[in-house]
Amino acid sequence: MYNASDLRKGLKVQIDGAPYIVIDFEFSKPGKGQALYRCKMRNMITGNQLVQTYRSNDKFDEAGLEESTMQYLYNQGDEFHFMNTETFEQIMLTTEQIGDNIHFLLDNMEVEMLFFNDQAIDISLPTFVDLAVTQADPWVKGDTSGTDTKPVTVETGFELQVPPFVEEGDRVQIDTRTGAYVTRVKE
Amino acid sequence: MINLQRLHTRAAFFRVLRSFFYQHDFLEVDTPVRQPVLIPETNIQPPASEDWLLQTSPELCMKRLLALGAGRIFQICPCFRRGERGRLHSEEFLMLEWYRRAADYHQLMRDCEELIRTVSGGLAEADCFAGIDLSGRWPQITVAEAFARFSPVPLERALEEGSFDEVMVEDIEPRLGLQQPYFLCDYPAEMASLARRSPADLQVAERFELYIRGVEVANGFSELADAQEQRQRFTQEIEHIKAQWGRQAAMPEQFLAALPAMGESAGIALGVDRLLMLALNKTALQDVQTFSAEDL
Repeated sequence: MYNASDLRKGLKVQIDGAPYIVIDFEFSKPGKGQALYRCKMRNMITGNQLVQTYRSNDKFDEAGLEESTMQYLYNQGDEFHFMNTETFEQIMLTTEQIGDNIHFLLDNMEVEMLFFNDQAIDISLPTFVDLAVTQADPWVKGDTSGTDTKPVTVETGFELQVPPFVEEGDRVQIDTRTGAYVTRVKE
Repeated sequence: MINLQRLHTRAAFFRVLRSFFYQHDFLEVDTPVRQPVLIPETNIQPPASEDWLLQTSPELCMKRLLALGAGRIFQICPCFRRGERGRLHSEEFLMLEWYRRAADYHQLMRDCEELIRTVSGGLAEADCFAGIDLSGRWPQITVAEAFARFSPVPLERALEEGSFDEVMVEDIEPRLGLQQPYFLCDYPAEMASLARRSPADLQVAERFELYIRGVEVANGFSELADAQEQRQRFTQEIEHIKAQWGRQAAMPEQFLAALPAMGESAGIALGVDRLLMLALNKTALQDVQTFSAEDL
């Protein structure tokens, strides 16, 4: 159980049977009035935002979220199969549930999966992944066009901008939070 | 934590505040921050200090000095409020309070105008209170008018269903003092435990709050000098505190005994850190406090 006075940015609570994360929080107190806790929260399943004012005697259940390490096995069309690395239990997520993570997901990759009431609601990838470049234009020496990046495609089909010296067959490290190039990986 | 340049600005700010009160013949006073009995207030929680309490305001002691015969007094002192932490709140903060005998809350509003103009002109920074017009008399709006203009529910209903504070925070405060400072005045009498009722309308008290950029800066009122009425109001408040927090608050007997000698007076409490924050166009107390809780 949480009290309103426990509310702060990043806290996860349950409201009307759904998990919410506090994304903005302000303590208010109108002159001689009671303490009020103004909160902006995001539903962790639907993404909908909620703005609500609470009083100090309002109470919240914990969000009841559990995290497990899962290994990505394979996909079959729209179905992505994962296995719990401790219990070997397998579960399936849809392309929609995978979201943008699809750009960085490789076979056998270990991911952290978030569960609410035994239902997977989010996966988080390692912050940095190494992917092979499958398509890149050759670097033209003496190119003075002034551009210092060029587009390449990696093994997952994701396209990104990299420095001109990166070539087909190289491996590059990518920040999965932003999709940005970090460095070329020496084999 | 503050930087060296702002430490100098803060010192200049204190000099300006003090010289304003010296020029207007106010006596600087000091009173104990640790006391056995405070004003009973349901919504303000004092921290305990052994079996005494840290003050939430120097109000009771300062009024006893008025009763002693002092005519105009001021004080800048630390005050403490448990559980108040945020961009505009700090469990320890600096309060400026000033009191005048033979005056009412209108005089305090004129003091605020002059004081804040003096602060604006007295600091070396060029763009103090940027975008706020401090000239002339500042607009006054009554609580009833503010509800009529800005609230989705009428004042009577907000009071009945207990949503007064929510409406203030969500719909009224953010709209006050955006171009000019605003005085929000004439609070429902039950929301002004130590203020005198208005002779023109006994339902409201002669209490105001000063707002700049939606931030409450000061709370002033014509003082209630009737010890009997004050005792009744305190008795009610002590019951509320017992019901809500299970704490037995004491009756401020020495204050009540002194009250008849105070005579007609007016007094005001102003958040010093908030005023400096607004003067320097900052948005958080932590931008102007020498140390904030996170620094300790």
